[in-house]
Amino acid sequence: MSAAHDPALVSPRTGRRWLAVIGLETHVQLKTRTKLFCGCEYRFGAEPNTLTCALCTAQPGALPVLNREALALAVRAGLALGADIAPLSKFDRKHYFYCDLPKGYQISQYDQPYCKGGGIALASGRFIRLERIHMEEDAGKAIHDRGASTLVDLNRAGVPLIEMVTQADIQTAAEAFEYLTLLKERLQYAGVSDCDMEKGSLRCDVNISVRPAGEAWRTKVEIKNLNSFRFIAAAIEHEAWRQIEAYESEDPAQYPVQETRLYDPERNQTRTMRGKESARDYRYFPDPDLPPVVLDASFLERERSNLSEPADSRRARYREQLGLSPADAAELTSERAASDYFEACLRAGIDARDASSWIRNELLGWVGEPELGLRDFAQLPISPRELSEVLELIRSGRIASNAGRKLLRARALAGPDGPGIAALVAQLGLEQVQDDAQLEEWCRAALIGKEKIIADYRSGKEAALNALLGPVMKQSGGRAAPEKVREILKRLLSG
Amino acid sequence: MSATLPGVEDTRARIVAGTTSAEANLRECLERIAALNPKLQAFHSVAAQSSLARATELDALLKSGAQPGALHGVPVALKSNLCASGHETNCGSRLLAGWQAPYTARAVERLLDAGAILVGMTHMDEFGFGSSGENSAYATARNPHDPERTAGGSSSGSAVAVASGMVPLALGSDTGGSVRQPAALCGIAGFKPSYGRIPRHGLVAFGSSLDCISPFARSVTDLECAMEVLSGHDALDATSIEEPPLLRIASEGALDGWRIGVPRECFEAGAGSGLDEGVRTALEAALRCFEQLGAQCVEVSLPHLRHAIATYYIIACAEASSNLARFDGVRYGVRHTAGSSLAAMMSATRERGFGAEVKRRVLLGTFVLSAGYHEAWYQRAQRVRARIAQDFEQAFEQCEVLVTPTTPSTAFRLGEKSSDPLAMYLSDVLTVPASLAGIPALSIDCGRTQGLPVGMQILGPARADTRVLRAGRAFERKNA
Repeated sequence: MSAAHDPALVSPRTGRRWLAVIGLETHVQLKTRTKLFCGCEYRFGAEPNTLTCALCTAQPGALPVLNREALALAVRAGLALGADIAPLSKFDRKHYFYCDLPKGYQISQYDQPYCKGGGIALASGRFIRLERIHMEEDAGKAIHDRGASTLVDLNRAGVPLIEMVTQADIQTAAEAFEYLTLLKERLQYAGVSDCDMEKGSLRCDVNISVRPAGEAWRTKVEIKNLNSFRFIAAAIEHEAWRQIEAYESEDPAQYPVQETRLYDPERNQTRTMRGKESARDYRYFPDPDLPPVVLDASFLERERSNLSEPADSRRARYREQLGLSPADAAELTSERAASDYFEACLRAGIDARDASSWIRNELLGWVGEPELGLRDFAQLPISPRELSEVLELIRSGRIASNAGRKLLRARALAGPDGPGIAALVAQLGLEQVQDDAQLEEWCRAALIGKEKIIADYRSGKEAALNALLGPVMKQSGGRAAPEKVREILKRLLSG
Repeated sequence: MSATLPGVEDTRARIVAGTTSAEANLRECLERIAALNPKLQAFHSVAAQSSLARATELDALLKSGAQPGALHGVPVALKSNLCASGHETNCGSRLLAGWQAPYTARAVERLLDAGAILVGMTHMDEFGFGSSGENSAYATARNPHDPERTAGGSSSGSAVAVASGMVPLALGSDTGGSVRQPAALCGIAGFKPSYGRIPRHGLVAFGSSLDCISPFARSVTDLECAMEVLSGHDALDATSIEEPPLLRIASEGALDGWRIGVPRECFEAGAGSGLDEGVRTALEAALRCFEQLGAQCVEVSLPHLRHAIATYYIIACAEASSNLARFDGVRYGVRHTAGSSLAAMMSATRERGFGAEVKRRVLLGTFVLSAGYHEAWYQRAQRVRARIAQDFEQAFEQCEVLVTPTTPSTAFRLGEKSSDPLAMYLSDVLTVPASLAGIPALSIDCGRTQGLPVGMQILGPARADTRVLRAGRAFERKNA
């Protein structure tokens, strides 16, 4: 470990050095068309119980059949995380009674997960190892705040998840934050999941204990109800100090106990949810309805070839081969769709720097703008070829670069089936005015009443010309070709 | 009793030939049911109206020149753990009183597509837990040969419906013998195919790794007709065998060159529960009959057979405890509330909805899967199960099929074993091994002792369903 990375938490009271031992259990929802064991679709926010079938509602006699697409995505996630895919794995039943668990058991993988090992390297060079990844189905949702009754929505029941469990390799809140950011990026790039915490497609629980530097591991506590990466980092920070203070109280009654705690973001505190003394016996056993999962080499090869280049490798290439700045490279790869678009622009022959600057300065900022209605970058209706057309118009001076911006926005507004670039240029009258007579007329009008500026220019202040350029451009509606205006002004003023 | 009643093939042939109509034939069945059911308690619900409407429809279809299906006009009965839209699938349980599935089981769909008429739903031991029919929450079906005696179980009502001539064909389900044993005790034919041969989709699960939808009929030929329709891969059951439907092979009477394996352990006195002398005598006569058909009897051994009952009850109960977890009162079934808590509602629903035998098996199953006991019970049982399957594989190296009695004794008196669950479990000793191994097993009538039917069981290697049926058919012809 480098000297720069000191994970120790130094107690302000005792000066003692404490180390946190942190492991994360992350669930992500696989981006499949249908659920893990039936043909039902899932959409976040749909009317309750409209996306269910006999299996989702655990009607007697309904049987699960594994969704091959889910299996493929799960395998792809494992490959993207450098894990070993088990040639043989199985599904188990995990039993407990709750109203949102229709079958009385969850289909999960217990002692033979489909994937082991792998992990993620942090920028510091430290490697966070994964212990395992397994597939499982989601439960439904119980809604308790409706008077005396509890309502159950089974839309989510059976949605495919993978759970990634790290080793207890994480040492700080910052490392947890970085691990999650990279994990999310890796999975989004692999096309495995949207990893959208707000929609529940990424959920994370924390296991944490603290120990004095050099001593053995102590009792771990689980934290749940973590709704953002920021809260996860805050909860870790808070919980580590809570445990340190508990130990430093020297009162064993205060020491942390093995339990599950809930994080309260409003108070930035954790509180007891349930103790482990009520730990459940899940009575796992192999699900007799599902044959073992056998993954052959050709299946793995196909999924390997479906993997896209990961973000970190793209970033390195943008810096080293394309000469982009680290900040620009990072921004371009901040989401897969933007990075894919950038790659397509390169293939369309657009200069890397031009593409980078247009994507970063304009296009990325448009996502989420209500006027454009773009929910994500992938929906951008402007093809790289069209962007290339626009850049060519600017380069050749047929339109101003400001007009280029206007043009692209118009193109985005028009939607995928809207008119093409050439049509829009005409429609919006964006072509630059090159006509000398017209330009001279605008220039003459601009000179009226500007004696002070004219005098300045004539006394040798070249920059004074810019003060005249503005009014001309304004009058022309931005369409006057600026270089020509400059020439005409010079000619008029020297006359 | 069975010879005078028309079977599956006859029924269809007579309707197609115009000797009778689907409607007229069905009316005869319904009359028989009306006359016999009050005494024999085969059906808990008879769909007279809808079945008559269907019969009329089929008759019209035939008149219009449409190609008749393989079961055109054949009335069928279903065990109440099979889902059929519009019918009550109560599983013999109070908890599911009145419950109608929102869909139809694949096997039932296949019957209907082939032109069968669904007449009604039959009584059964609750969720399939029982060997006498006495664990039904509704009524205990009676043996047509002696109504004071058991019809066997758990597919009691379906067996009685066929044996008493109410219908020529019925479906049951066989997890550890629940079709073969009642078939034997009622003197008819019942076939548990290879595991996965008939898709389980729409069969309310008891022991998912053992459950087989299985038909009852009055002859092996009729079973073959049914298997042709019922078997075949189905994408809705991940455990279903990926093979096309079984085809009937043109009949060959003789079994020249066949070796009939006779497992020593199944004929020994004290094989769990001793073999009745009358049963032994009938079986010995049956073996001589096979020899007359050109086969040769060879003695084989199934050394792990004595562990079969314990193994079976551990695995079946473990799976049942899991499969029955869904009956929590939340989504369907009869809900009982107690206080306001969710957990209390679930407990009350299960406490009051399940009968004693269901609770016993759920508790047993929960126990063998619990942390700390899982390895000693469930996992060990799985290893023994593999050994039993191996025993069969080795035995089938020496013979084409195995022959055993289906049950150690003939139909016992109702009430005789109902207070002793262990004695009841032991009566399954000869049927559970095939369930554990997933191999095809046929039970056919092989005579009478003291006026009661004796069943013979014919077993074949995994997936050799047609071989088993062929041996059964040869025997049947010889004895016709």
